[in-house]
Amino acid sequence: MGKTFHKPEALSDAQTHYCPGCTHGVIHRLVAEVIDELQIRRRTVGIAPVGCAVLAYNYFTFDFQEAAHGRAPAMATGIKRVRPDLMVFTYQGDGDLASIGMGEIIHAANRGEKFTTIFVNNAVYGMTGGQMAPTTMPNQRTTTSPFGRNVADVGMPIKVAELLAALQTPAYISRQTAIKPKYIVKAKKAIKKAFEYQLAGKCFSFVEVVSTCPTNWGMTALEAVNWAENTLLPYYPLGDVKTPE
Amino acid sequence: MRKVLMKGNEAIGEAAIRAGCLNYFAYPITPQSEVAEYLSKRMPEVNGVFLQGESEVAVGYMIFGAAACGARVMTTSSSPGISLMSEAISYIAGAECPAVFVNIMRGGPGLGGILPSQADYLQATKGGGHGDYRLLVMAPASVQEAVEMVMQAFPLAEKYRNPIMILGDGLIGQMMEPVVFPDDLKTEPGNKNDWATNGMDFRGSDKRNLVRSLYLDPEVLNAQNLKLKAKYEQMKREEIRYESYKTDTDYQVLIVSYGTMSRVCKTAIDNLLEEGIRVALIRPQTLFPFPEAAIRQAASAKSCRVVMSIEMSMGQMLEDVDRSVQGRLPVEWYGKCGGDVPTPEEVADSVKSFLQKYSKE
Repeated sequence: MGKTFHKPEALSDAQTHYCPGCTHGVIHRLVAEVIDELQIRRRTVGIAPVGCAVLAYNYFTFDFQEAAHGRAPAMATGIKRVRPDLMVFTYQGDGDLASIGMGEIIHAANRGEKFTTIFVNNAVYGMTGGQMAPTTMPNQRTTTSPFGRNVADVGMPIKVAELLAALQTPAYISRQTAIKPKYIVKAKKAIKKAFEYQLAGKCFSFVEVVSTCPTNWGMTALEAVNWAENTLLPYYPLGDVKTPE
Repeated sequence: MRKVLMKGNEAIGEAAIRAGCLNYFAYPITPQSEVAEYLSKRMPEVNGVFLQGESEVAVGYMIFGAAACGARVMTTSSSPGISLMSEAISYIAGAECPAVFVNIMRGGPGLGGILPSQADYLQATKGGGHGDYRLLVMAPASVQEAVEMVMQAFPLAEKYRNPIMILGDGLIGQMMEPVVFPDDLKTEPGNKNDWATNGMDFRGSDKRNLVRSLYLDPEVLNAQNLKLKAKYEQMKREEIRYESYKTDTDYQVLIVSYGTMSRVCKTAIDNLLEEGIRVALIRPQTLFPFPEAAIRQAASAKSCRVVMSIEMSMGQMLEDVDRSVQGRLPVEWYGKCGGDVPTPEEVADSVKSFLQKYSKE
């Protein structure tokens, strides 16, 4: 009987620093599988964010750049403009992309830059210890919203996929989640589609992946999955939000 | 080599192309927007990249991304814009990528004004962003010199894997002068396969490259900073440039001045000589590394009573001049910082008043 399961070549042997119950590891693997399947590893450049995935470059086996907080889309623009033949993706969290880096992602999307963004949304700042993010849910407690997010004071959580989809420039924009196997299969399909659009030089492509953070949510891994499914998914609906004409 | 009449900003843009830099990202700001306007037309003619970014912050990182994958790349801006780019400049220096930044300085602080200034001296030479890094800073005094420095900046950036800054005042960008683009300053980009994220297939390697400035282990970060320091020490040994003017006379006053201001000083020196007052000039062409030894030696002349730092800033270069003279002579400052360039008469009056003060003592 042949080999039926193996580690993607695009994934390194390093043990990740992610907490138990965190979905970063799953999302890394999906990206690596897609890169293997498309046979683009040797011409791919990844861009790591600031946040929990700041060390993402340790877990992949292709070229990587490490960005400043929020600036990954500007770096990806620089690479893709001078080397359109390279496959480029940014891997960013919600604090990085939706707060400090909102300007960069909107303008990169609006220019129709031909790179891919994997946006991991777990509704909280992870690396800095669980502060409120632009995607934190109403009344959700964080270390900087100890009484729960007061939307009268700081506004509603930002639906980034829909916001980017509102731009007039053609793009592939999708929202998925990695909390359960049935969703993970669909998430991989979306990530693959995003890379395929880039490969074809078609458009900017963006996959938001709703994720968990048991550590900063103060939950067990299982509780976190259930909370994400019951609280995040109704507000952040799954599926393709926009496809290019 | 044909001589053409060009505005400084346009000549800077053309110089980049002539140097083999076909990648330019920028954001408009007075008084250097003509560089972007010029290159928006010119880059397509040479199959180059022109992109107007959404902010100087973003442009800084477009430069970083492009430089990190091995491309020759340049941006131009003016003082407030350079402040915004300083975050990226720190990252680029930390990650050891070559890139060229041109600052056509205007008055500050804050919005300041749009007229010529040299008030970003400390920002450029001491590190405008965070952390222990330095830029190799070149200061042109004419459009011709701006062209040559831009063309020389790319191989220097690659030699040191460090950002280079061309620090010109608004007049360098705005005035028109005859200029020649020297063919011999065109260079081929160096081989960057050892470190650039240019794709494993592209460089035919099985080893992946990583461009980063993050070193969480304190010993490793310290070692990285020592490595950077060694580069800056090498710049001090190999890249110091300056011009001496009238230093073969029995001068009574030594002026240190750079850029447009140094040209006014030369006129003042010539005028003062007709009155029998002998003044010499050291014009730093590199501000980092700074020509400390040359200034110290010039300040050792027996006839010299006082050293003056004359600058369109409020005594910023004065600190480096003072440090160079090491107490051998009094060091004084003269300058203006509102956008008016001091006249030769104003410079001469200042020289005379300090000469009088220190001749008495």
